[in-house]
Amino acid sequence: MNYIETDGVKIVLRNFGKIDPLKVEEYVARGGYESLKKALTAMTPEAVIEEVKASGLRGRGGAGFPTGLKWSFTKKDADQKYIVCNADEGEPGTAKDRLIMTGDPHGLIEGMAIAGYAIGATKGFIYCRGEYTTSINTLNHAINQARENGFLGENLFGTDFTFNLEVRSGAGAYVCGEETALIESIEGHRGMPRFKPPFPGGAGLWGKPTVVNNVETLANVPVILDKGADWYKSIGTEKSAGTKIFILCGNLRNTGALELPFGMTVREVMETYGGGLLTGRDLQMVHLGGAASGIMPPALIDTPLTYEDLQAVGQGLGSGVILAIDDQKDFMSYICSNTHFFEHESCGKCTPCREGTARINEILHRIAAGDGTLEDLDNLKDLGEMMQISALCGLGQAAPTPVLTSLEHFMDKYVEAVSGKKNEVNEEAVATEAIHKSYYEAAPIKLD
Amino acid sequence: MGCCQPIDKVTAIVEQYKGEKGALIPVLHAVQKELGYLPKDALETIAAGLNIPASEVYGTTTFYTLFSTKEKAENIIRVCESGPCHVSGYQKVLEAIKEELNIEVGEATEDKKFYLEMTACLGVCAEAPAIMINDKTYVNLTPEKVKALLASF
Amino acid sequence: MINLTIDGKQVQAESGMTILQAAKANGIEIPTFCYDPALSKAGACRICVVEVEGARLLAAACVAPIYEGMVVHTNSEKVQKSRRINLELLWANHNQDCLTCEKAGECKLQELCYKYGVTESRFEGKKRNLPIFDDNPFYIRDYNKCINCGKCIRACQEIQINETYDFVDRGFNTHPDTAYRVDLMAKESPCVFCGNCVAVCPTGALTSKINRGTFRTWEVEKKVKTTCTYCGCGCGLELNVIGNKVVRVTPDLSGTTPNEHGALCTKGRFGFDFINREDRLTNPLIKENGKFRKASWEEALDLIASKLKGIADVNGGNSLMFLSSARTTNEENYLMQKLSRAVFKTNNVDHCARL
Repeated sequence: MNYIETDGVKIVLRNFGKIDPLKVEEYVARGGYESLKKALTAMTPEAVIEEVKASGLRGRGGAGFPTGLKWSFTKKDADQKYIVCNADEGEPGTAKDRLIMTGDPHGLIEGMAIAGYAIGATKGFIYCRGEYTTSINTLNHAINQARENGFLGENLFGTDFTFNLEVRSGAGAYVCGEETALIESIEGHRGMPRFKPPFPGGAGLWGKPTVVNNVETLANVPVILDKGADWYKSIGTEKSAGTKIFILCGNLRNTGALELPFGMTVREVMETYGGGLLTGRDLQMVHLGGAASGIMPPALIDTPLTYEDLQAVGQGLGSGVILAIDDQKDFMSYICSNTHFFEHESCGKCTPCREGTARINEILHRIAAGDGTLEDLDNLKDLGEMMQISALCGLGQAAPTPVLTSLEHFMDKYVEAVSGKKNEVNEEAVATEAIHKSYYEAAPIKLD
Repeated sequence: MGCCQPIDKVTAIVEQYKGEKGALIPVLHAVQKELGYLPKDALETIAAGLNIPASEVYGTTTFYTLFSTKEKAENIIRVCESGPCHVSGYQKVLEAIKEELNIEVGEATEDKKFYLEMTACLGVCAEAPAIMINDKTYVNLTPEKVKALLASF
Repeated sequence: MINLTIDGKQVQAESGMTILQAAKANGIEIPTFCYDPALSKAGACRICVVEVEGARLLAAACVAPIYEGMVVHTNSEKVQKSRRINLELLWANHNQDCLTCEKAGECKLQELCYKYGVTESRFEGKKRNLPIFDDNPFYIRDYNKCINCGKCIRACQEIQINETYDFVDRGFNTHPDTAYRVDLMAKESPCVFCGNCVAVCPTGALTSKINRGTFRTWEVEKKVKTTCTYCGCGCGLELNVIGNKVVRVTPDLSGTTPNEHGALCTKGRFGFDFINREDRLTNPLIKENGKFRKASWEEALDLIASKLKGIADVNGGNSLMFLSSARTTNEENYLMQKLSRAVFKTNNVDHCARL
């Protein structure tokens, strides 16, 4: 994965490219596991939670929930608690957790051990997506090293704190990035989300209080303890503290992942680090934040990349993807690829998502093939808005977002597509549909 | 106990995970790695060995796209069709693979060397288009590059 | 007690209740598909969504707990719209054969589409196209009518504890099925045809084969409460009668019978054809000169009493043996041993279930 070097402060990628990720001693030589030692020997669990709360760290998986607050909601008295790392990085365009896991696995392990201490969990799981075989191997190697060096296991740093860690592999299901589906999957079940409440902090893995945090979130924790909440809070903006890994991809001159403090605008990042678009091309749209986030029109690219600024314009930071799409790309065909993704990844448990994602995809393909009507556009909006408020989990609630935001900002393209231009068949869209169709027909129906 | 029959290998894997919480998915992974897919008798052995209802074992197996209940081929090609790969032109790479191997998505070559399927994001989006063959990811592909890659198998 | 407002009405409900329970306790009905008081909760069908003031999302009433000061709208415009679209989605992926469907008249989907005025769907398109499973004497499984409420799966897991079904596949293709998608008679299937899955199915996906196509559900004239005679459990039944003929058996759901949640077994539920058979014995027969003749109950009982008494008088009570049946109730079995011990002074009494 391409990594783009920047001049600014690095937190989660502080060691990236500077150490051999397979050698724990190199991590230790750069101050590794000092924060864990500090937490265990000089801080109470409550003090750790307070420090993380004060830092303003928010979940980096997409929802942006304050991490310290999430930790403080964990049920206090329980015979067993768990800390779970969500490494099911499935949001299309997202390639950040992979960088951390393969580039600095001990940073994640240390973050998890600290989180475990803070909430009172003696056991942790890293749920890594099955396609990330290198990450899984690297993590397993690093966990063994950490255990051999006394950073995992019993009586860490001479205290009575015990913490063990295990990697579990996903098996190809985007929905397992949803925390309760992830928990179901670790338990060995179909990855179908649970209704909430109860929240995992009350009853999660095997019914025990569980905190689920994203890889990037946890990798921030050792640095927060090392340098203090005040230092951390001084980076980024008031409501979006610290740094974020952004992934520049799509039709830019340079593509890759980079760590930046919150606050630069979308345009600045694309131009400064992405090198802008190819000569002679114009920006059509930016799909910001991943497949489940909004489609951003060029008019909004001067919005700063912070939780609050993006929310104010009806967009979202999501997982940090900046997918630039130029004017050479077919609009409908892109939207179809997105709706196809959600139909394929819906778990099938709740009606709005199971049936809704399929119908949205069907209508979009119909429009792209030149058979759409104006009523189709109304129906898309009705259905999308229903899913946003009625679906069981975040997948179904977010799945219509690209369609709804693109209806908002690109209505002219939709109207054009449904306005009696049936003869002008969109070849790219038809080709895409053919691929999708063959895919479904290939789905196994009966066991051989 | 002999260890020559595939089913004995399944039994051995199940034994290894017995008593572990949430063992089903790790066991399915391990068995698939051993056999290439998850045939019915393997699922039956897993259900009995882990004391999980067969319906649950089967339901779980069919939920996840990385698990297969049918035999595919020696090498499984997964072409990423997510947004960044779409924008970067995975379609041409896919066409090249189909042409080179003379198969459609969801099919295996006659010699059972390759099986072609689509996948969601592989997490290498800055180097799209990308495909995975078995457990390795290949990036920045063009029709020419992918043809050369296939020839190396 | 918790104070809350439902549809503008100030009401009280017990702490720990869901919105659905609190509403029901106060006479407000909320529609459901996947909810069943006898089963664990799923919160999956989303037809019971209600509006809670201050919440961004609609809440599934079947799983959302109530809290002090909560303000709930169970039938606001937003709620109605969501339910209508939900029904349109289900209807679009359904084979829409209400005319000949066995479930018509009792189908939850039909009922709610009627209630919410869903006469057609804006989302018609592809449909599930799954084979119909009917290679067994008791049920037909047609998942093209299934709405994925999952109650059949939970009924089998939680009431019968046979674990025959789970969901298979994912997304649009998700549906309940057996392991390896075999028919229920296959050797791999643990199914015992108790029919509890058929009983909880809200649509025509799971239906009984018994008397199929011979009556419509609304033609049932009366439901006669009785106790199952197949064993001593004493399950409560309702014999569904049309014109003095039993056309089907449904469980007694009054909550006063041993089968509290309406669970029945294959015999109690499906084994009622003998009731209307012409060759069924309906009065006692006495054999005379090698031939049976009809007799009244009084005559028959008098004959038995005199014969038994005669034997006991000559050979003593211990020369008799009393064997009772598992197909009678506990009370009847008790009386049998009383007859044996108190009247004939013998402990020679036993029961077929021990054999």
